[in-house]
Amino acid sequence: MFQEEVKTIGGLRLHVIPTKKYKTNTLVLKMKAPLCERDVTMRALVPYVLQNATERHPSMKALRTYLDELYGATLQVDLAKKGENHIITIRMDIANEKFLGDTSPLLREALTLFSDMLFRPFTEGDGFSVAIVEQEKRALKQKIQSLFDDKMRYAQHRLMEEMYKGSPYALDVHGKLEDVDSIDAKRLYEHYEHMLKHDEIDLYIVGDVMLADVEHDVAERFSLEVRPPRSIATPTIIRRTDVQEVVEKQDVKQGKLHLGYRTNTTYNDPDYDALQVWNGIFGGFAHSKLFINVREKASLAYYAASRIESHQGMMMVMAGIDPSKYERALEIIHAQAEGMRNGQFSDEEIVQTKAVIRNQLLETIDTARGMIEMSYHNVIATNQRPLQQWLEGIEKVTREDIVRVGKKIELDTIYFLTEKEGEKK
Amino acid sequence: MKIIHHDQLQEQLFYERLNNGLHVYILPKKEFNKTYATFTTKYGSVDNYFTPYGKTTMKKVPDGIAHFLEHKLFEKEDGDVFQTFSKQGASANAFTSFTRTAYLFSSTTNVEKNLETLLDFVQEPYFTEQTVEKEKGIIGQEIRMYDDNPDWRLYFGTIESMYHHHPVKIDIAGTVESISHITKDLLYECYETFYHPSNMLLFVTGPIDPSAILEQIRTNQAKKTFRPPTEIERFRYEEPTHVARERHVIEMNVQTPKCFVGVKANNVYTKGKDKLKHECTIGLLLDYLFGKSSLHYERLYQQGLIDETFMVDYTEESDFGFGLVGGDTSQPDQLAIEIQRILLEFDDIDDEQVERMKRKKIGTFLRSLNSLEYVANQFTRYAFDHMSLFDVVETLQSLTSDDLKAVARECFVREQFTVCQVVPKR
Repeated sequence: MFQEEVKTIGGLRLHVIPTKKYKTNTLVLKMKAPLCERDVTMRALVPYVLQNATERHPSMKALRTYLDELYGATLQVDLAKKGENHIITIRMDIANEKFLGDTSPLLREALTLFSDMLFRPFTEGDGFSVAIVEQEKRALKQKIQSLFDDKMRYAQHRLMEEMYKGSPYALDVHGKLEDVDSIDAKRLYEHYEHMLKHDEIDLYIVGDVMLADVEHDVAERFSLEVRPPRSIATPTIIRRTDVQEVVEKQDVKQGKLHLGYRTNTTYNDPDYDALQVWNGIFGGFAHSKLFINVREKASLAYYAASRIESHQGMMMVMAGIDPSKYERALEIIHAQAEGMRNGQFSDEEIVQTKAVIRNQLLETIDTARGMIEMSYHNVIATNQRPLQQWLEGIEKVTREDIVRVGKKIELDTIYFLTEKEGEKK
Repeated sequence: MKIIHHDQLQEQLFYERLNNGLHVYILPKKEFNKTYATFTTKYGSVDNYFTPYGKTTMKKVPDGIAHFLEHKLFEKEDGDVFQTFSKQGASANAFTSFTRTAYLFSSTTNVEKNLETLLDFVQEPYFTEQTVEKEKGIIGQEIRMYDDNPDWRLYFGTIESMYHHHPVKIDIAGTVESISHITKDLLYECYETFYHPSNMLLFVTGPIDPSAILEQIRTNQAKKTFRPPTEIERFRYEEPTHVARERHVIEMNVQTPKCFVGVKANNVYTKGKDKLKHECTIGLLLDYLFGKSSLHYERLYQQGLIDETFMVDYTEESDFGFGLVGGDTSQPDQLAIEIQRILLEFDDIDDEQVERMKRKKIGTFLRSLNSLEYVANQFTRYAFDHMSLFDVVETLQSLTSDDLKAVARECFVREQFTVCQVVPKR
């Protein structure tokens, strides 16, 4: 298992995960706010502007040169949604000097740079640099547009759009194309100040380091006002009685079949463990029903899998199929889901799936990122679910639990991206 | 059993070559939960023209057969090997590259059983006409998936343009047409030729006891009989230095254009320390010119010619080497011109910047060692070409500005450039 030391420093929650597994140390900052249409585009832009330049390193070249000097420390930004939360992640990874024959304390340098980026970005007048903001607006637009070009991601996004129409979960984490142009450097800066005051902010440090080693350095560099706790974002409930079917035609060679289900079970529910086992038997792995029946037996697809969104209460099935095999693939998927609901799975499948889930959880904590994501689930759910408890929970799941959680799963939307008619195969 | 110490990195590597010729490497990582093992044959998509075992003449086999074989090894008379692994709490997988086919598992329990399964399933092929036919549908969809993927099309479009004859230009999975010619007999013929233990390497890393694991491997291998090893004769393609095609434009259903400039390396060493140095030098030089801290990156970014997807990459394996520079861009023609100009005008070198890039590369290498997957896969790749992954730091440290200039003279030549673009369909 892994240890985690947590300390609240003003408005910041510091998590330190000591481990000797790695040759580098990892710093991850998470900023969380409710996902909403009004803010999403500005929030998507802020971290990209921040990672351009700081007061001390006032250009991209200056900042990146400094990172290279720190033995190629990496700096990355990404955006995610977990349930109806919008999460900004800023990641830095830096070599542990003990493997370098260099004695300068690299982690402290990294902390300084991290706090500079967050609190002392490069500014002009009373806003961010206009040139940087314009440049990042252009890059953001390109990023939003490029979603269309990756058909698997596109189909996934389109399914969410249809399934959660009108509610926050339909939003793309990068925001809305039509909202980018109206953002200016000053307004963006105000929004950034607002985020520093109101976002829930967690800083993770993973590496050969203890809380006591870094607590002081962090406190010195990160001063954030205490803020009232955010209430948990409860997912919007969809009330749809009929299954909606959406077919979209484009110039593609492979059809992307994506199905969205309401699981009516989320991370904090007692049934959550059973849901994971259900998903594992159904489509989570290479031994699962979807893989066996859609791919191995019917030879219809290269990939056919399911996965759950823990905080939204949603399950998705995806398969890449020949456009002419739509009905056949749907028929098999429905039959497998129906079979699951009727308890048509063996005890062996239960045991096998539990073993694989257990393995997956233990493997997750072999990476710094995995440990952080696992811990962060608890931040989102405002719940404590240590890994040990999670493993025990999976072990205790019974056949009855699996059948019960399966009865709550309802098909909501079928989305199919397929070829335009009249095209030759 | 031989022990190789890497003090600075605080790693110990155990090695033995078994009687049947199999190379076994074990890297204990006691802090980790999982054990990761790869069983790799030096056989990939480029090995499409060779003398089959027991034959006297060279033979050309259908494109995509190495990858097809990889898929088919998982299927046995009594079912699918994925099932066995998952019952033992492991996750298994495989991949085929230009020069290698690797089978792997990772698990946090039942490591011995899983290792046994890995060794046995790879060494006990079971191909039938019926299962071969069935696989064509699955791989057909894998190929279709890549057909719709603009990044993959750009990548292979660029490589295809660089080479006249070398089979690196052929998509690893082949085409729907080429795989239609694959039969069970052809699969057995490739298997017999390339899956002999003497052409393979086993790498195991995780919280394991090296002597116990090695003993288990020895016992497993001693139970099986293998023919004596033979030298594998592969066709050597004569490849001109200049690219086959200077420009290639692919129209696709996309909104954002993409552009790569490909640089074909000449004078590629086929093995050993020279090869490692060559690879490190070109990698460093491309990063020097186009990395995020370079003047060029900043300028291209400010001009709106590139975004976050901009990348540089250098691949050198077996007897081929190529660099790729580019990414998403709203102005693919302008970007192609700029990249080529930067390459051709490269001349003066800033020593301080070179030292910084060396630091960067060394730190990046350390980071990559955090991943057991990386270590196992890359160690194998290097070992097949008689190099050691653990020599990378030393090699990087030894590089000089003159080394950079020398590879620039050799590679930054207009005839060795190609431009490939993906653009929205009109």
